[in-house]
Amino acid sequence: MARYDRAITVFSPDGHLFQVEYALEAVRKGNAAVGVRGTDNVVLGVEKKSAAKLQDSRSARKIVSLDDHVALACAGLKADARVLINRARIECQSHRLTVEDPVTVEYITRYIAGLQQKYTQSGGVRPFGLSTLIVGFDPYSGVPSLYQTDPSGTFSAWKAHATGRNSNSMREFLEKNYKETSGQETVKLAIRALLEVVESGGKTIEVAVMTKEHGLRQLEEAEIDAIVAEIEAEKVAAEVAKKAPAAPKET
Amino acid sequence: MKLDTSGLESAAPVWGAPSELVDGFSAAPSFEVPNTTDFDGFQKEAIQMVKPAKGTTTLAFIFKEGVMVAADSRASMGGYISSQSVKKIIEINPYMLGTMAGGAADCQFWHRNLGIKCRLHELANKRRISVTGASKLLANILYSYRGMGLSVGTMIAGWDETGPGLYYVDSEGGRLKGMRFSVGSGSPYAYGVLDNGYRYDMSVEEAAELARRSIYHATFRDGASGGVASVYYVGPNGWKKLTGDDVGELHYKYYPVMPSTVEQEMVEVAGA
Repeated sequence: MARYDRAITVFSPDGHLFQVEYALEAVRKGNAAVGVRGTDNVVLGVEKKSAAKLQDSRSARKIVSLDDHVALACAGLKADARVLINRARIECQSHRLTVEDPVTVEYITRYIAGLQQKYTQSGGVRPFGLSTLIVGFDPYSGVPSLYQTDPSGTFSAWKAHATGRNSNSMREFLEKNYKETSGQETVKLAIRALLEVVESGGKTIEVAVMTKEHGLRQLEEAEIDAIVAEIEAEKVAAEVAKKAPAAPKET
Repeated sequence: MKLDTSGLESAAPVWGAPSELVDGFSAAPSFEVPNTTDFDGFQKEAIQMVKPAKGTTTLAFIFKEGVMVAADSRASMGGYISSQSVKKIIEINPYMLGTMAGGAADCQFWHRNLGIKCRLHELANKRRISVTGASKLLANILYSYRGMGLSVGTMIAGWDETGPGLYYVDSEGGRLKGMRFSVGSGSPYAYGVLDNGYRYDMSVEEAAELARRSIYHATFRDGASGGVASVYYVGPNGWKKLTGDDVGELHYKYYPVMPSTVEQEMVEVAGA
């Protein structure tokens, strides 16, 4: 088996591209990222490693915008992410120049996935070690979208999805608890999913909301703390309700 | 979306050409430069030599109900009329038309090419390309061949999500958005009639008659225009050919011959 993992362009006898699978491993070691689509907005949440005291946290933003109406979060090798993001940003502008229209979310996702695929089929290169969550609104239809790409170059649309560390637990949570939401409810759902795998607090989570009117808005630490407090309170109330199922009837 | 420089790539690979993965821009095309003292003058002469005069009349205008497109059908080589039945309105796809002025081969080929690109766009993006986008694709292609002797003066007319669209695109790389255009050697005459009779709120019949008249008047005065005046209408459901009238017949329709009394008659004189 070790013989077939040296070069990306070599299939193993049982049909695996080991380099791509190893890239997926790198993604699994990256920070947790979650995306939830609401009826009128899309929310991205990323786990933040506790910032070093002297580090300027604004320079290490993990949720970035590709254009006014499209944003991206990723899990995996951050240096690879920078390269991919730059190429995607150029493509967004290039599309505006050649057809005088902003990109649709599907188009830019297809472009990024295509780029990731190219690097799985050339000599002397390795795949990008990251999976992306791409959110945005289509320019004319105004429909919110959430897409995901991975190192193999496949992409698909999701109602809610998670990638990176402990993504399985997050995905299970989302599958159990997803329902059509809008506005603040969508934000809460995304944060609740993240809190399953991250120690709570505004310091360890970065959240951004994309709306049609206001584009991408990064939530302040204080806002996140407030929502986390709300969620904790709801959890406590739910526990109390469970513990006392038959409330004594007042006569 | 790169500029389409596929036509300029040389067959042999260039040494040190940047790989496709490293950056998105392909190597600049290059070709041998002739040995002259005055290269600019030489270039000007070369362009003048290949640049045929655009002997034709085409026009298009946007009005309340959509876009009206009309053209003549004469092809001339200098003073020789090579054909009276050329199709100068090219159907790019069921909702977009292009007009032909300049080199017939250039126009036909690049409109066909544009049709292919529009269809590929539809398949990839699951929605029709806008008239803006289609005209921009064509303009970018023509710009990349600038100075190489292409002669194309075309109008792209269509109906898309934003309503009726009309763009003028030429082989110099120019692209203009507008409500009324006429292209070709007969265009000054067509403009005269078109600008005089144009109103935004015309009915389809009125607009068609205006277009037909404008083409007729251009063919009357311009030697390089003639044949059949075709009129097409582009509406929300796509284009439709309305009429195709021989301009000779149109002349007698607009200016019927009045039989007049004879002042003097020639009579056979009896042999002296």
